[in-house]
Amino acid sequence: MLLAIKVILIIILTPLAGGLLAGFDRIISARLQGRKGPPLLQPFYDVLKLLQKETIEVNASHRFYVYVSLLFIVFTAIVMLLGGDILLTIFVLTLGSIFFVFGGYASQSPYSVIGAERELLQMMAYEPMVFMTAAGLYYVTNTFFIKDIISRDIPAIVYLPAIFLGFVYILTFKLRKSPFDLSVGHHAHQELVQGISTEYSGRALAAIEVTHWYESIIAMAFVYIFFAANSVISHVVALIVCLVVYLFEIIVDNSTVRVKWQMALTSAWVVSGVLGILNLAVLFFFEF
Amino acid sequence: MNFNKKSPWILHYDGSSCNGCDIGVLACLTPLYDVERFGVINTGNPRHADILLLTGSLNAQNIPVVQQIYDQMPEPKVVAAIGICATSGGIFAECYNVVGGVDKVLPVDVYVPGCAARPQAIIDGVVKALSILDEKQNALKGR
Ligand code: SF4
Repeated sequence: MLLAIKVILIIILTPLAGGLLAGFDRIISARLQGRKGPPLLQPFYDVLKLLQKETIEVNASHRFYVYVSLLFIVFTAIVMLLGGDILLTIFVLTLGSIFFVFGGYASQSPYSVIGAERELLQMMAYEPMVFMTAAGLYYVTNTFFIKDIISRDIPAIVYLPAIFLGFVYILTFKLRKSPFDLSVGHHAHQELVQGISTEYSGRALAAIEVTHWYESIIAMAFVYIFFAANSVISHVVALIVCLVVYLFEIIVDNSTVRVKWQMALTSAWVVSGVLGILNLAVLFFFEF
Repeated sequence: MNFNKKSPWILHYDGSSCNGCDIGVLACLTPLYDVERFGVINTGNPRHADILLLTGSLNAQNIPVVQQIYDQMPEPKVVAAIGICATSGGIFAECYNVVGGVDKVLPVDVYVPGCAARPQAIIDGVVKALSILDEKQNALKGR
C-alpha cells in the first residue's frame, strides 16, 4: 500500500518538478539574453495547449513509439526515486531513449531521420560515461542499490570527483542543451527543423515534452546520488549542487554553439576515458 | 479552459516580401518587444505551429508551398497576413508574377496593414488572431 502511494506520488510529482525546472530554465535563458522571459508555468501551458490540439497521424505506428518511450522513462524514474538498482535504471533509461529514436525513424521525414541518427550518435557518446559512473559508484560503495549508495557515512563525490566532472560533461547531452543539442531542439534549428520531434503534433508532442521533464529529473537524480550521504545536511547540499549544476548547464547552453557530431562524439569519449579511467585507476592503486 | 492564448506558437513564411515585414516579425522576438513573455515561440515547423504569419505577396512559385504548409498545421490554426503585400499584393500587385494577397489561396483571419508592418501592429494582430484561435478551439470542441 505504502509502495503504491509512493509510486503514484513519483509519477505525479516528477513531471511537476521537471516542468518547473523547464520554466526556470526558460526564464534564466531569457535573462541571459536580456529579455524578460515567459512565466514560470509556461511549459505547463504549452503542454496543456498541445493536449487540446489535433494530433496528426503521419503513419500508423509513429505515435506508439513516443508513448512507449514515455512509459520506460516513467519506470526509470520510479526505480530511481525508490532507491532501486542503478544498473536497472540505466538500462531502462537507454531503452526509453531507443524507442524515442525509433519514433524519429518511424515518421520518414528527412529531418526526423537525421535527428534519429544523431540521437544514436549522442547515445554512443554519453553511454560509456554513464556506465563508468555506475562502475565507480559500485567500486566505492560495493552496491548497485541507490538507497544504500546514499546512506553511507561519506558521500561518493569524495572518491569520485573526476567521474562526477565527466558526468556533468555528458549531462549536456541528456538535457539536450547546446553545444550537444544535435538531435532535437527547443530552439530553432536551421538544418534540422525540430529533429526527431518534427513530425509530432498535439498529444504526441505533449508526451515528448513530459518525457523530457522526467528525463531532466532523472539526470538531476544522478547528480544527487554523488552528494547524498546519511546525514541530513548532505541531502541539502546535494539539492543545492543539483540546482547549481543545472544553472551551469543553462549558462553553457546560452554561451556555446552547437558542435558537429564528430566533435561531440570524440570529446565525450576523450573526457569519459581520461576522467573516468583516471579516477578508477587512482581508487584502485590507493585501495580506498 | 483553452490554453492556446497562453502558448501561441508561430510559423513565419516569407512569400515574396521585400524583407521589410520579415524584419518586423523578427523584431518582435528581440529583447525590445520580447513576445516570449506571452509564451510565443517561433517554431519554424508547421506541425508545431498555431499561427501562420505570412509576409509578402503570393506568386505562381510559392502557392503550392503556402498551401502545403497550411495543410501540415494541426487544427485549430489561424492565418495572419502581415504587411500590405500579404494583404493585397501591395506595391508589387502589378508585377507579372504576382497573384495577389494571401487570401487568394488561404482563409486569412487577420490582416495587419503597414509597409513595413510595425512590430507593435504585428503583436496586435497576433493578439487578435488568438481570440479567433480560441473561437476555433471552441468550435472544434462542439463538434
Ligand atoms: S508590405 Fe512593404 S515592407 Fe512589407 S513586404 Fe511589402 S513592400 Fe516590403
